[in-house]
Amino acid sequence: MSQMEMKRYITQTFGSVGRQFLMYMTHVGRMVKLTKDALYWIVVAPFRGKGGIRWQSTVQQMIYIGYNSIPIVATICFFVGLIMAMQAAYQLERFGASIYVADLVGVSMTRELGPLLTAIIVAGRSGSAIAAEIGTMKVNEEIDALRTMGFNPIWFLVVPRFLALLIVLPCLSLMADVLGILGGFFLAIANLHISFIRYFNQTADALVMKDLLTGLVKTFFFATIISQVGAYQGFIVKGGAEGVGKSTTASVVTSIFLIIIADLVMTMIFYSTL
Amino acid sequence: MTTSKQPIIDIQDLVTYYGSRKVLDGINLKIFPGETLTILGRSGCGKSTLLRHIIGLSKPTGGRIFIKAQDITTLSEEDMLPIRRKIGMLFQGGALFNSMTVGDNVALPLREHTELEDSTIKIMTRMKLDQVGLAGFEDFLPSQLSGGMKKRAALARAIAMDPDILFCDEPSAGLDPIVAVGIDNLILKLKKAFRMTIVIVTHELESVYLIADRVALLDEGKIIALGTVDELKNSDNPKVQQFFRRIPDPEKIDKDSYLKSLIGETDE
Repeated sequence: MSQMEMKRYITQTFGSVGRQFLMYMTHVGRMVKLTKDALYWIVVAPFRGKGGIRWQSTVQQMIYIGYNSIPIVATICFFVGLIMAMQAAYQLERFGASIYVADLVGVSMTRELGPLLTAIIVAGRSGSAIAAEIGTMKVNEEIDALRTMGFNPIWFLVVPRFLALLIVLPCLSLMADVLGILGGFFLAIANLHISFIRYFNQTADALVMKDLLTGLVKTFFFATIISQVGAYQGFIVKGGAEGVGKSTTASVVTSIFLIIIADLVMTMIFYSTL
Repeated sequence: MTTSKQPIIDIQDLVTYYGSRKVLDGINLKIFPGETLTILGRSGCGKSTLLRHIIGLSKPTGGRIFIKAQDITTLSEEDMLPIRRKIGMLFQGGALFNSMTVGDNVALPLREHTELEDSTIKIMTRMKLDQVGLAGFEDFLPSQLSGGMKKRAALARAIAMDPDILFCDEPSAGLDPIVAVGIDNLILKLKKAFRMTIVIVTHELESVYLIADRVALLDEGKIIALGTVDELKNSDNPKVQQFFRRIPDPEKIDKDSYLKSLIGETDE
């Protein structure tokens, strides 16, 4: 490779990295703007008499997003609690400290895994649905129809989904916490011969309010990420069915990525000893 | 048609670019209350873009559009609302909300924009559906309707708020001739019953003959002819004649450029 080619290759690489970065930043900027608009329609607009919140549609979305994902969230979290307990027991038994399985499962479930797993499941299940639904509407000119009929698409489509997620995700996460702990508890009784009372007391002692609260605070950010990424990906759909497919995939990948990053940042803020 | 009246829509020097391509090039058009104007043109001549500008779905690069003496190119989405409530739009694909029943589709603007009782809205919905010949179809989902029925349901939704102006984007596209003429007749009926101003974008000559008071012929982003159907038929502009006599473009036979295009080289 000659020096000229080398030079060109390097400029091209950096150029494309820079372009990609700038493109992502514009996407992020627009997503932030969408979130701001959605918040405006939830918090400010109803008090200025500009169209209240569409509660009927919100409840419908709560059923789709929340109620319908109860079985899958419950099953997965129960098994994750069980798996975690198995792995922990294997290590802790050697020190005769099996009872600390309760602490480990309880704390990591409430602080971290309950909210995180729920968010990831809901992102895969409902974030994609939001993107696909809004994307299909875009393709069918339904979004244009909404606008010509004098409806703001953000108010009409995004706010009910956003609100539904804000209400439903904390509830699902709480359920996930309980089911995860139950999973650990199930193993403890079956395999480690720890009594119900002892396990319960141990968990109760290990948990403090902060564990639960920080877990719940996270869910609000996760709810925002899932709804806004889904809606944004829906709105930017171009072309027909293929565009919808691409956007749906992008919505899941982006939301899971952002959820992990947000989780990392929040855990650092809440628990960093620095 | 009395042209002394104040125009209800007044388009002045409208210019639009898609990237660097000029789609609309200095459109001037006045539409008067109560008339039916068809915007005629070949595919890709910018007629749908023009319609999108008039209903405020996208902002032009330059020029102004007045609806009832209000310049909509400077209005925010929010200030557009009062105007939009008096506008009906029939989209090319119908654009019915697929998640709602036909009845809910028609009732939606009434529910959200008026304070009417639910029972009143129900009756009005039935009336609108009856007007388009879809009485009894309220509880059907759009996916259960045929193409022509979807168009009619969409028309019922477009007139739900008793608009002053009705816009139709290719109302008979993709329909068989019998259903298409049915839609045209429906539009005629509405025009007589409600004295609406109707703007129709189309390339179907048959429906132009049937419903148009005036025709604006669009070509490469410019209005090349404006007048009644008869005036346009007798125009000596070759492009107008080509359109009305349905003469295809002359085939360009150029061996060199054909060969070049085959091996992937372009002239420009």
